[in-house]
Amino acid sequence: MKVTEKDVAYVADLANLELSREERAGMVRDLNSILDYIERLNELDTSHVEPMAQISDRYGVDESRQGSERFSYANRDDIPEGLRKSLPQEVALENAPDADGTFFRVPKVIER
Amino acid sequence: MELTQLTIDSARAAVQERKTTALALAEMHYSRILKEDGEIGAYLTLCKERALEQAGRIDRMAAEGKPLPPLGGVPVGIKDVMSTRGVRTTAGSKILSHYVPPYDSTAVARLEAAGAVVLGKTNCDEFAMGSSNENSAFHPVHNPRDLSRVPGGSSGGSAAAVAADMAVVALGSDTGGSIRQPASFCGVVGLMPTYGRVSRYGLIAFASSLDHIGPLAKTVKDSAIVLRTIAGRDPMDSTSADVPVPDYVGELEKPVRGLKVGVAKEYFGDGLDDEVRHAVESAIDKLKTLGCEVEPVSLPHTPYAIPAYYLIATAEASSNLARYDGVRYSYRAPGVTSLSEMYRRSREEGFGAEVKRRIMLGTYALSAGYYDAYYLKAQKVRTLLTRDFEGAFRKVDAIVTPTSPTAAFRLGEKSNDPLAMYLADIYTVTADLAGIPGISVPCGETREKLPIGLQILGKHFDEATILRVAHAYEQAA
Repeated sequence: MKVTEKDVAYVADLANLELSREERAGMVRDLNSILDYIERLNELDTSHVEPMAQISDRYGVDESRQGSERFSYANRDDIPEGLRKSLPQEVALENAPDADGTFFRVPKVIER
Repeated sequence: MELTQLTIDSARAAVQERKTTALALAEMHYSRILKEDGEIGAYLTLCKERALEQAGRIDRMAAEGKPLPPLGGVPVGIKDVMSTRGVRTTAGSKILSHYVPPYDSTAVARLEAAGAVVLGKTNCDEFAMGSSNENSAFHPVHNPRDLSRVPGGSSGGSAAAVAADMAVVALGSDTGGSIRQPASFCGVVGLMPTYGRVSRYGLIAFASSLDHIGPLAKTVKDSAIVLRTIAGRDPMDSTSADVPVPDYVGELEKPVRGLKVGVAKEYFGDGLDDEVRHAVESAIDKLKTLGCEVEPVSLPHTPYAIPAYYLIATAEASSNLARYDGVRYSYRAPGVTSLSEMYRRSREEGFGAEVKRRIMLGTYALSAGYYDAYYLKAQKVRTLLTRDFEGAFRKVDAIVTPTSPTAAFRLGEKSNDPLAMYLADIYTVTADLAGIPGISVPCGETREKLPIGLQILGKHFDEATILRVAHAYEQAA
């Protein structure tokens, strides 16, 4: 078994999930079963293969340019008139579980 | 008007010629939903006010003799992962059970601008994670063709709505097969366009490099009409491609004689149900009689697609779902006294089991010490898979495969074995990883009268060819 309960507890911490003991045990089982299956990727020699983060790297990108200029298709001009209107504050707060009309309200951030 | 016979064109024509009204069409569909949806479960939310307002607008145009836009008066369903302003959008999750978006998805906005009448939001697997629509936090969807079976997923609600005539057309989303597989299970047409063809603005993100929006419809022509309407560059989605939108509908009737169609042996191996194999092979024979040249191709990295997919998709999901923190718009657990407790308990209580499993897998795959072995490795395998397709498409114009190894399975059959469920996506995930378009069209039934789907895959931005082949097959079959 590769993944232990300690690993699951650590990952759950990273993912901000409060798993129950049963869930943790289930996760150990499920993650191991899935990762076992995923092992087969190691049958492939990928030492000289470039990773592909997303397919749209391949279209739209202007190969004739350098650095961030290559992604100019995704940019707009740097002028205030280019700004779209953002959501008005009241609208942005509408779905909040707790708000005071100006801010989203949450429990104390600093715990000590 | 016979609901089962309605297509986009026939519905629109009937309203234009004042044989019926958009209002009557909407009401007919709502009656049908009232009558049938209790057993099927395709819809999560109905938006009658919005629908009737739009229908009224279309009816006024028709009364004034004005030409209606391409989807004028056509009732549509929208998968509940796409934001609709003022209409509850849940992504099939308790964590968003009260979320009312303040904006519309671009795809929805474009459909409505073309006259479509949005009836409501269709059910789906939670955050589009699933292949059976059993992971909806609200209720599962039942296949209209056999209520004891799943409709497929994650766009199970959209597929079922179209199959049961509770919408003429519906929008779904596809990350690992979620448009095509439910289309094949329910006996409708499901089209996944090229990545970047349709704007993802407003789509509640699952895996940003794999998510696609596309139509589920009764005919290939209807899916072409919807694609023409929703495709095209959107400045609100920087991954949407700046590639001109062809006249998909005009191209449909072009002859398929001489087109080269590839058959990959990797899609016809073990695990493929005999009845499905038989139906797909008959369909390929039919393509030959239509004048297509069928030749073998090889996609050797196909067996590695599922493991690569489940690393990339879950890693991206773990990042995308971090925003559900109980602060701004999602469920907040009651009685929490610290910020950390709020995050942890809200997410624990708000997310379902499959979502948690995938967040855990994705977080693990990205964590320090494992990133290279898992996520990076999967991305390299993704390059190899894409190269397989690029190589094959130098020889052929389209590739045909079964959409799914089996027809619809029974509710509960695979829900205890996550890995078995993942393997249902074996023929569909490759297209998502490579970003190529794919369509599923019905190609027969099993002995138990369950629909079987034929999948046609195409080159990037060559939806016109796969639509043409699908249309020719549909007309001949």
